[in-house]
Amino acid sequence: MTFTFKIKQTLTLFILSSAIILNGCGGSDSNDSMPVVTPPPPTPTPVIYQYEVTVKNLTNAQPMSPIAVVLHDEGQLWQLGQAASSALEVLAESGDNTMVLADEMVLAGESGAGVLMSGMQETITVSIEDVMPQMISVVTMLVNTNDAFSGINAMVIKDLAVNESISMQTSSYDAGTEMNSELMATIPGPAGGGEGYNEMRDDVDFVAMHPGIVSQDDGLMQSALTQAHRFDNPTLMITITRTE
Amino acid sequence: MKILTLLTAFALTSSSMAINAQQVEVSVTNLTQGIYYTPFLISAHSAEMSLYTLGEAASPELQMMAEGGDISGLSMMLSNGNADVIENPAAGLLAPSMSTMTMLDTADGNDRLSIVSMLLPTNDAFVGLNSWKIPTEAGTWTFTLNAYDAGTEANDEMITGGGAPGAAGIPVAPGGDGGSNGTGVTMEEGNMTVHIHRGSLGDDNMTGGKSDLSNTVHRWLNPVARITVTVM
Repeated sequence: MTFTFKIKQTLTLFILSSAIILNGCGGSDSNDSMPVVTPPPPTPTPVIYQYEVTVKNLTNAQPMSPIAVVLHDEGQLWQLGQAASSALEVLAESGDNTMVLADEMVLAGESGAGVLMSGMQETITVSIEDVMPQMISVVTMLVNTNDAFSGINAMVIKDLAVNESISMQTSSYDAGTEMNSELMATIPGPAGGGEGYNEMRDDVDFVAMHPGIVSQDDGLMQSALTQAHRFDNPTLMITITRTE
Repeated sequence: MKILTLLTAFALTSSSMAINAQQVEVSVTNLTQGIYYTPFLISAHSAEMSLYTLGEAASPELQMMAEGGDISGLSMMLSNGNADVIENPAAGLLAPSMSTMTMLDTADGNDRLSIVSMLLPTNDAFVGLNSWKIPTEAGTWTFTLNAYDAGTEANDEMITGGGAPGAAGIPVAPGGDGGSNGTGVTMEEGNMTVHIHRGSLGDDNMTGGKSDLSNTVHRWLNPVARITVTVM
């Protein structure tokens, strides 16, 4: 009696399993009748995208003007071979970054605290709410020059994950807006104490790699600069870390 | 059966080699503010060839290019080695900040890219890319190049018109901004191998002094050119 029951039970179990399997196989056919679950739209909470930009001055004796860090989705701070924008001209000739930071392409921008001396480094934090920025740019003037600048131009950062970093060394460019006379009256840095921005464009009027400064010690008698102000590439070490 | 297998293997090898032939777009930008480039030589060649070796003496063909901008020797050398060669894509000099672009169809096995051009006004400076391995996958690669000294001519910095191999002096300052009557920066070439160029000296006297070059116009810092390679 007990034995018969056991067999029956086993058979029943077997049949049940088969039915379940069959049902499982036919699942796709019955999708239409399944209730569709639509999750309620998430309540928008502000998402912060934050980047820490550490800039180190690698030069012998070229202080860097207050560094401008900007997040943007389009545009470039400069284009090789093209005339410098007025904002870049002002920064490259005088070190004043206000026009660059106020440029219409800028989604968020921050300035360094002050002049960054040789061998020093500074970390600048820039953040933006809700919109992931596509690009970052960094720019600063080598102040003991006529119109030299260094930085990063429209680097794509959209794929940078939180806590990921990118490091690079940057070269120096010539804004092409002021002749490299090295005259005391034209060097705004401590080596000259002269004029910064002048709207006259008396040079090639396109951005190119900087040829370096000459100095009075190397054959330019009129120069206010000495051998100590010479520089070679790279001039900056920049590390960008996405922190949020 | 064995013959059939061999034939199949051969057919497979052939087709994979055919895939290796690539279409490559090459763009060159002059990054300098005051240096001109003579006609570029752009080539895809086999790994066995190379246009120069750092630390070794320049070939006579490289010397022709570096001292006078004459790429015919290198071009012939490359063609004899079944390389794919593009001459003078800019149709003349490539002025400061200008770019030129060309398309290379590489033959099987020509998987190395080399690019050379002379810097003017200099005695024997050239920009070079030496046997860069062309990636096999499609994509775009951007990098910069440095200026080299061919080590074949003293950097006297005198603009004399001398462009033939062995002739002293600089052929020309294409910007029309060269000087004259320089006494010569040096009459010696201390390093007779291909090396990173130390840069021109120049001076601030356009009608005398040591150099016919201007120290505020004709100097440069590396890098001097930017290359963008797009593998189709």
